[in-house]
Formats: sequence, C-alpha cells, structure tokens
Amino acid sequence: MAILSIRKLTKSFGGLTAVANLNMELKKGELVGLIGPNGAGKTTVFNLLTGIYQPSSGSIILEANGEKKELQGQKPYNICKAGIARTFQNIRLFDDLTVLDNVRIAMHQNINYGLISGLFHLPSYKREEKRILEECMELLRITKLDSKADELAKNLPYGEQRHLEIARALAAKPIILLLDEPAAGMNPAETVQLTELIQWIRKKFDLTILLIEHDMSLVMKICERIYVLDYGLLIAEGTPEEIKSNERVIKAYLGEDVSNAGD
Amino acid sequence: MKNLTQKLAPWRKWLFIIITFVLVQLLVQVGIINDYLQATIATICINIILAVSLNLITGFTGQFSLGHAGFMSIGAYVCGLTLLRMPTIWGYLASIVMGALLAAVVGFVVGLPTLRLRGDYLAIATLGMSEIIRIIFINLEITNGAAGLSGIPRFTNWVFLYIFTVGTVLLISNFLKSTHGRACISIREDEIAAEAMGINSTRYKVTAFTIGSLCAGIAGVLYAAYFYYLNPNTFGFLKSIDVLVIVVLGGMGSLSGSVLAAILLAIISTILQDFSDLRMIIYALLLVIIMIFRPQGLMGSKEISMKVFRNLGGLWPARKGEK
Repeated sequence: MAILSIRKLTKSFGGLTAVANLNMELKKGELVGLIGPNGAGKTTVFNLLTGIYQPSSGSIILEANGEKKELQGQKPYNICKAGIARTFQNIRLFDDLTVLDNVRIAMHQNINYGLISGLFHLPSYKREEKRILEECMELLRITKLDSKADELAKNLPYGEQRHLEIARALAAKPIILLLDEPAAGMNPAETVQLTELIQWIRKKFDLTILLIEHDMSLVMKICERIYVLDYGLLIAEGTPEEIKSNERVIKAYLGEDVSNAGD
Repeated sequence: MKNLTQKLAPWRKWLFIIITFVLVQLLVQVGIINDYLQATIATICINIILAVSLNLITGFTGQFSLGHAGFMSIGAYVCGLTLLRMPTIWGYLASIVMGALLAAVVGFVVGLPTLRLRGDYLAIATLGMSEIIRIIFINLEITNGAAGLSGIPRFTNWVFLYIFTVGTVLLISNFLKSTHGRACISIREDEIAAEAMGINSTRYKVTAFTIGSLCAGIAGVLYAAYFYYLNPNTFGFLKSIDVLVIVVLGGMGSLSGSVLAAILLAIISTILQDFSDLRMIIYALLLVIIMIFRPQGLMGSKEISMKVFRNLGGLWPARKGEK
C-alpha cells in the first residue's frame, strides 16, 4: 500500500525546470533513498513535499489511517500536521534556544491546552507541560543529547546538531520522515552511528523514511529502494544493486567519457 | 527538603511582589514619596507595560513594530471620553476593559495584513498605521481635535498601576513559557523551520501582536486617568521610539531587561532635570554609550532570577530546573 504517491510533480523557477514530471511512491515502513548529483533537484523535491515551495503542477497524495489527503498547495504547518516532518540540509535549528526547547517547540501540535490556560498556567497547562517534558527527554535520550538538554543549540558540535534536527523532527510525531543529507559533514564513525540511529527510530516509531544522501555507503547499506534524479528528471529507480549497475546513473555521476571505465 | 523548596518558590515571588507594593504604599502615606516622585512612578509603570508588551512583539516574536504609541492612544482616548461623561470608578473600570479590548481589536485588524511583511517593511507599515490613528484623533470632533481632551478625572493610583504592571509582566512571562509563546519565539529564530515543525506563523505573529496591543491599550487608559490631559501628538512617532529605546536598551527578548531599563531611564531623566539645557544631549549620549558597551542591551536575552541573588549572597537554596 502506497502511503505517499507523487504524480507528475513539476516545479519551474522561471525558465528553469527544477523538477519535471516526477512520479514516486513510498510504501508504508519503507526506507527509500533519493540520490543524484549536485543540483539534481533533490532538495526541491523535499521543499515541494513539505509545502515550502508550491508545485507548478502535479499532485502529492498522502494516504494514512484510511484517509486520502492532497498535500500540494498546502501550507507547511498543515503538511506537518498531516504527518510529514523533515530535517534540513543546511541545519536550521533554533540557534539561540536550548536543545530541549528546540524539541519542545516541535511538540506544538501535540499539546492540548488553549491560549487562556497558557496565559494563566491552569492545571491543564501544568499537566501537558509535564507530559511533553518527559516525551522530549525521551527523544533526547534516543539521540544521545539528554545530557545537553540545557545547552544552546548553536553551541553543539556539528554532528550533534544533525542529531538534534532528527529529534526535533520526531517530536512532530510524523508518519513519514524526510531526512535531507543527515550524514553531511560527518566522519565515518559518526556516519555509522547515524545509520544505526536511523534504522532504530524507523522501527521504534514505525516510520516511513525518505532520505537524501551523498554518502553512498550509507545509502547502499540502509535503503531498500533508491530513486535517482538528474537535472530534475527521474533517471532510475530500483534496489541498491540495480542502481549500482545502472548505466544512466553511472553516466550522471561520472560523466559520458569515463562511463566505460567504471564497473 | 527538595520538595519543600520547590513548593516555596512561587510563594517567594509573590512575597517579593507584595513587599514592593506595601513598601511604596507606606512611603506614599508617610509622605517620603511626594507628588513629583509619584508621577515618576506612574511613568515608570506605564513604560514598563508598554516596553514589556512591545518586547513580546519585537524582542520575542521578532516582528519590528514602530506603532506601539498608536495602540496606547486608543486606550487613552477610550478612557478620556468615558471618564469625561461618567467620572466614576465604574466608568474607569469599564474604560480599562473597553480600552484594552478596542486596542486589541485594532491590533488584530492591523496585524492581519501587515504581519505578512518582514523587517523594515513591517516597521514602516506599523508606523503608518499609528500615524493614521493619530490623524483620526486629530480630525474627529468627539476627541476635540488637536486641542485634545482636558480635565480628565484622576482615577489611576498606585494600586491600579501596580496591579496592571505586575499583571502584564506575569501574564506575558507566563505566555512565553507556554507552547504558544515558544511558537512565537521559534518564528523569531527561524520562520521556515518553525512552519515545517507545524507552527502556523501568521497565527502566532497576530496573537503576539494582539496581546501586545491589548497591553498597550491598558497603558493608555492608566495614562489618561493619571495625567488629566490628552493630546494626539503625545502619541506620535517619538512615543513609539521611546518605548523601542527601552526595549532595545533592556535587551530584546528579556522581560526583566525591559523592566530594568524603564526604571533606569526614568531615574536618569529625573536626575537630569537639574541640567535642563543639556538634558536631552546627556540622555542621548548615555544611550549611545550604553549601546556601544552593551549592544545586546543591559540583559541581552537573559532574565533576572533568584539565581542572581543566590550568587550574590547564597541567600536562597538551589532549586531544580532554575537557571
């Protein structure tokens, strides 16, 4: 059963077509990779899926809990509410806030008290704040940031900032998690750790994950299926083995001339 | 033991609030605080309400507003017009409610379209809106035009000033500790990330703006029923700048900074009364000097808490979760 269906999705910026006629499908519980050379349009796809860009044409349909929702043209916060959360390639944490507050903010739509209760700190405020504090600390434990809950996000080392982005996305309680280059800038040891984390949270939270990544060791290791984009066009899809030996993919990555020299 | 100190904590805050109130009240009774000082205290309280509410909009939500005096003038005129017709305590109480609500409604209506703008554009738009409000008051017959309203009976006293000042600070500080307040702060930090995390940024910008306008309306009511006289030009661009100066000086994103700066600026201008010619020059110079040495404001984005006192004298035991 497809949980997310993308049909003929197109985005043009003036004369440039960043994504053209993209068809993609995510099945429930899958871990899918989205790869391609720089500028292929991968992040644009994420921005379309999360409502930061409005598609020029095409449709995005989320099917969860027996309901079909059209996501194209929706505002980002509604898409988040529908169940898609993401991390950002160029880390976008709330820098001057604590690690805990970063996660707490993303809990926003899972909190059940009104403005009046918030202004006067009524019992419902206290009950809910206590509950989400526990939930946030649990997420921080999972991402191994619990000892740094009170530190400012900007003071974390790079790798931990990436982990915090994941914790924050999880706080929004998504059904589908979009990870935009989660391993960028990490050393091999950190990448291994991250790989384990991704596989673990996927099981624990019953997630469907779509992942953009340049680190092929990570992609080939954990993705069950891979989509390859080049110049906004889908040039291949399949299992990691199929992708490794796909000639169009090799051409896209290595160029025309050396394609014969590759394996 | 830990439980005991945790339970005592809010109690300590209320103790401090009550002691301050009684102390000033006593000093007024025995005459140590004379009329002139009382007027200074009224100005401080009104400025605290204005600065704290503007800080919510500008310092915490990150929306640069230059129209705060406009919302204050709405409260002031509602109060003036009501009290001139109905010079009773009920008229006063009614004008507090009406002034606050009307300012909030105007804030909501103005905020909805203008808060789509960012940074400088929003500043210009809010400035324009407050000028429109001022010009409406100049041209209306009922507000007596540029001559203004005079002879407004004085109902604002230390009790009202104190209740509303403390009330505003506590309410806004509560708000900022709620999920709604955190949503506002996240918009300041990174609007795109906030929206991606499920926060309707327009909604929370307008919420902050409306709460801020409501408080400014209350400040206007307190002002009108204290200083006898209202003139539209009191609520011009310069008044908005005055409030902004307090916010920036105290620290964008620090409520205690706003309170501190409001008090400090009032003290400085009181002391400078004796140097009438040089007063504005020294005042401006002091601002420049403070901004050079503390560009983030007196408090930055930190808050004064019991910890400050604890570090000073070890008077209070450590409390869990206190920073």
